[in-house]
Amino acid sequence: MSVIFAKSKGLTDQETHYCPGCTHGIIQRLVAEVLEELGLLGDTIGCAAVGCSILTYNYLNIDMIESAHGRAPAVATGAKRVHPNKTVFTYQGDGDLASIGTAEIVHVAHRGEKITTIFVNNAIYGMTGGQMAPTTLPGQKVTTAPGGRDVAHSGMPLKVSEMIAQIPGAVYVERVSVHNPRAVRHAKKAIRKGFEYQMAGKGFSLIEVLSTCPTGWGLSPVDSLTWLQENMIPYYPLGVFKTPEEAK
Amino acid sequence: MPKSLMKGNEALALAAIKGGCSHFFGYPITPQNEIPEFLARELPKAGGVFLQAESELAAINMVYGAAATGGRAMTSSSSPGIALMQEGMSSLAAAELPSVIVNVQRGGPGIGTIQPSQADYYQMTRGGGNGDYRILSFAPATVQEGAEMMMAAFDLADFYRTPVFIVSDGMLGQMMEPVEFPERPLRTLPEKSWAAVGHGGSRKPNTIKTLVLDPGLLEQKNLRLQEKFTRIAATESRFENYRTDEAELVLCAYGSTARIVKNSIDLLAEEGIKAGLIRPQTLWPFPSSAFQQLPPTCRTILTVEMSCGQMVDDVRLAVNGRLPVAFYGRSGGIIPVPEEIVAHIKVLLGRV
Repeated sequence: MSVIFAKSKGLTDQETHYCPGCTHGIIQRLVAEVLEELGLLGDTIGCAAVGCSILTYNYLNIDMIESAHGRAPAVATGAKRVHPNKTVFTYQGDGDLASIGTAEIVHVAHRGEKITTIFVNNAIYGMTGGQMAPTTLPGQKVTTAPGGRDVAHSGMPLKVSEMIAQIPGAVYVERVSVHNPRAVRHAKKAIRKGFEYQMAGKGFSLIEVLSTCPTGWGLSPVDSLTWLQENMIPYYPLGVFKTPEEAK
Repeated sequence: MPKSLMKGNEALALAAIKGGCSHFFGYPITPQNEIPEFLARELPKAGGVFLQAESELAAINMVYGAAATGGRAMTSSSSPGIALMQEGMSSLAAAELPSVIVNVQRGGPGIGTIQPSQADYYQMTRGGGNGDYRILSFAPATVQEGAEMMMAAFDLADFYRTPVFIVSDGMLGQMMEPVEFPERPLRTLPEKSWAAVGHGGSRKPNTIKTLVLDPGLLEQKNLRLQEKFTRIAATESRFENYRTDEAELVLCAYGSTARIVKNSIDLLAEEGIKAGLIRPQTLWPFPSSAFQQLPPTCRTILTVEMSCGQMVDDVRLAVNGRLPVAFYGRSGGIIPVPEEIVAHIKVLLGRV
């Protein structure tokens, strides 16, 4: 009998703390698989960020550093400048990266820091119980906008990939999703490219992954995937926003 | 060994290189800019890395990342910038990451002024960061002493796995004095087997973290940290005594102010008034033991600071009510002159 699927060596045996239907687990599996396939598990330093991302170090079989809220790109910069030949990445949610950590993500790209950022966008603060994020969609009901996001009051959601792609030091920026198997397969390719460009010394890569938060959204796991497809993708279009060729 | 005439800030920067600094991350702020400027020029020549950060928040977190991966990292800033870094300092202490932080103090609160001050004593000994932590804090009074403290700082940071503060001020940073750099004593330092450098497939992953959700486990961690702080306090507390024998008044001052106070003491001696000085060279641990050895002639204590009264709290704790403790200070960037301190002492002693 041939093996057609096995758990990546990049994952530990630890059961995750993620809610049923949350797609963080899928995204972390993809990171683990990519690092294993590239032979990088032993040479990688990961930087986990505050939010649901923080316990990533319990699930990935790599050396990791927990970072203060929003500061993972600065922590990763310190690590990369000590170990320029090691693979360094950050794994950050949208509250961390798109709100409190906007300065750090802009400047890690601005410096062209040779790291990879996995940006998990689920349009909400998951860990703290469903508050409004800069990425929360217009009208989306969250605990700190109980009537739904009022854009006249809180502005329109921030499009991070589009913003980062404008920065010369960013060489690869792509937005992907994990709402169906085809999207998951494509997301893995994008994550792989992000790490390959780092290994080639190209510059900063950011892969934004649209993700679900069934608990925060108040939806079932299946309905969450549909909601992502019908509501997030129209506002956050999937695709490549920057390639190393364009960055030249 | 020939002496060089150097600014305090530049001497600290050169001492950092000689002390084994591998990485500097910082953000411009007056009056400490000569430190990053010197290191931008000289650290790469010594095989190190200088990087200007986008903010103090980023700088301290770059230090955190570099220290977490085994680098000998430092930053320098001045009072408001140090305030911004406090979250990172709490994390450095909690994650036990060796690192060195220089504070060239200026007047506050708020943006305040760029003139010298010692109003960050609380910041340097109580911290502005959250949680139970302590940071070894050195307070030089001369350019030479600053260089020596800095040269030893990285080894001490590695030895104890702790951040280390060098507490300077705008006067000490900007003044020029002759300074020499002796070879630093070799110290056997522990392997950094805890660092996150990639496990190489040969061990379990290392995780640098401060999140401990289980209260029982966090209390155990805190008690272990406290044990370390107690060990540091027992070993590293330092002070200088100046003319304290037979003194009827003992002054307490640190850094630049201690130098001014020495002049005041000499002026008083000319008038037959015996005064002495206890000069803390470490702010934390505060050298409380110095106040257990006061001369029997001592009737009162006077703390002098370039602040509205901060270190005086620790002096009162050390004296513990055995003698009256008075305070004299100037703030806002005003540097006291020896004569005004003398005049204040005469009033205090009823010798007007």
